[in-house]
Amino acid sequence: MPDYLLTTSPQMAKRHKRHTRFQWYGRIAIAVSISFMLLMFVAIFTRGAGAFQKTMIGVDVEFAESVIDPQGTRAEMTLKQGNYKPLILAGLQEVIPGATDRRARNDLYKLVSGGAAFDLGERVAAKPNMIGTTQRVWIAASSEVDLYIKGKIDGDSDEAVRRLKDQDIAWINQLKNEGRVKKKFNRVFFTSGDSRAPEMAGILSAALGSFFSLLVCFLIAFPLGILTAVYLEEYARKTRLTNLIEVNINNLAAVPSIVFGLLGLAVFLNFFNLPRSTPLVGGMVLALMTLPTIIIASRSILRSIPQSTRDAAMGLGASKTQTTFHHVVPLAMPGMLTGTILGMARALGETAPLLMIGMVAFIVDVPKGITDVATSLPVQIFLWADSPEKGFVELTSAAIMVLLVFLVLMNLFAVYLRRRLERRW
Amino acid sequence: MTNDTAAQSEALAPIMTARGVDVFYGKKQAIKKVSLDIPENQITALIGPSGCGKSTFLRCFNRMNDTIESCRVTGDIQFAGQDIYDQKVDVVALRSRIGMVFQKANPFPKSIFDNVAYGPRIHSLSESKEHLEDIVITSLRRAGLYDEVSDRLNEPGTSLSGGQQQRLCIARAIAVDPQIILMDEPCSALDPIATAIIENLMDSMKEKYTIVIVTHSMQQAARVSQQTAFFHLGELVESGDTETIFTNPAQERTQNYISGRIG
Repeated sequence: MPDYLLTTSPQMAKRHKRHTRFQWYGRIAIAVSISFMLLMFVAIFTRGAGAFQKTMIGVDVEFAESVIDPQGTRAEMTLKQGNYKPLILAGLQEVIPGATDRRARNDLYKLVSGGAAFDLGERVAAKPNMIGTTQRVWIAASSEVDLYIKGKIDGDSDEAVRRLKDQDIAWINQLKNEGRVKKKFNRVFFTSGDSRAPEMAGILSAALGSFFSLLVCFLIAFPLGILTAVYLEEYARKTRLTNLIEVNINNLAAVPSIVFGLLGLAVFLNFFNLPRSTPLVGGMVLALMTLPTIIIASRSILRSIPQSTRDAAMGLGASKTQTTFHHVVPLAMPGMLTGTILGMARALGETAPLLMIGMVAFIVDVPKGITDVATSLPVQIFLWADSPEKGFVELTSAAIMVLLVFLVLMNLFAVYLRRRLERRW
Repeated sequence: MTNDTAAQSEALAPIMTARGVDVFYGKKQAIKKVSLDIPENQITALIGPSGCGKSTFLRCFNRMNDTIESCRVTGDIQFAGQDIYDQKVDVVALRSRIGMVFQKANPFPKSIFDNVAYGPRIHSLSESKEHLEDIVITSLRRAGLYDEVSDRLNEPGTSLSGGQQQRLCIARAIAVDPQIILMDEPCSALDPIATAIIENLMDSMKEKYTIVIVTHSMQQAARVSQQTAFFHLGELVESGDTETIFTNPAQERTQNYISGRIG
């Protein structure tokens, strides 16, 4: 065999080496980026997984009528607002009889959540026949106790630097030994709004805020974006004005999102006096931000529809509008929807513009519509990350997980839509 | 005998006339002062080397050049005695009378049935569902495609072979019941067998329709057309009876082209 045909010949060997080298550069690049992603996921997961469980303390409560409902009216308001604190404390003292002076009683009561009394009131109001009985009820532990049970507070560290004192830890261990401590699924996290106390804070208010904002954003940005793209691509003549518009749309796509927030503040809130802190305004601001993305994506899709399709329809005597809406737009729709959903996924993760229009408020109530005050998932993450209580660390990561799940779902939906709509042919 | 002559002279009456047509793409002139008559119920072939403007000229007849922004057409083109570039002429109506088949088969990404039914639907040509089915089947028959696809009218048009797709496009054009069918190199992407089928089809179609075909293949022009027009560098060099053009051209350039010396 002649020498030059062999892979070992000098020129060939050099080429092969270069080929192999570049392959390895590519593989290393992929490995590095994937390991960063994994690192992020692992960090978030290990921190946030705990938040889906919470610690409960079993307390034998004597539901004394004289304390809860001295008049015996059984009115819902009375039952809800009854003074449950001494009942819970008495139950705790049965296990820990030593805590009798005022200070010790206060410390003991701090083992349970600040919302425990309120929570108990709700339960009694729902089941008034509990009154007069003594039952073991499971009450949410305070965030500090929760963290200790989950192993996130080191009992051997210097007492001065932790909120949970040695005495508290001794009490917890005593409760634990009696089987009065258990962990259960943290339903509150998914069913309630924000709270000052980590063990009572939930994501629902923020998730709904995000949902309503995105709904408004979609309803505004999708039709506007598609119509703009179709008009510019199919109808408008190429003039200096359309060129200017095109350049401006491209520029708008690169404008930092906080600028859109300022615009929303100036125009929607200050000029039009729309309600502050609401998904309505949040959605409008996000729509402004998403519009350029949708327009650019849709235009590039429209441009990729072959001219032959338009020719075929026009050659049959279809008008411009018939050609566009019978043939071009249906063919472009999967791509335009994908572009829209990806734009919306970006909007879902936006924080800065929402800060400007006041969706950063502390919202306990769950919003019921687009004009109720609300916050959004990324803003909630920001708020929790900023909170001093240690319990919020877990919640922050858990909220990030929820946000990521939403993002993944949206992207999957985009993929599904594209497959679904394209499969027809 | 006398009847035959009468029929022939009637057939020779031009259905379309072009007088002094200029076409510009921006500042570049693509067609220079072309005048040509298109006789009814005959096949007219436009031949010439690439870039000579024959496709551009063809696209003037149904004003497809309107879709190109930089394109400007001047001169006089009449269809059935009406200037088609008159402001009052509705281009949509014009294109329903003058159909077009393109170089690359371009069926819609819809079913075979919907492909053919689209034209009648947008022009409201059918009175009922049955009538529409009738139009579709007749058109597919005329295009010689029905027997091959009769059992799969609901399959996508894009699933057919190249030659079948092109015949589907012909059926789609026929379905609107036009008077003229413009064909822009309809066989350039097809194999010889599919080409032969379409050439036979054109031959049978000329009884009902007037056909103007742009072709690269001189053999094709010689086989199918009755009249041939030779274009070169945007000018109409020579036009006339196909046989005369191919056997005894008046112009030297025509002679050079058909003998393969230019182009």
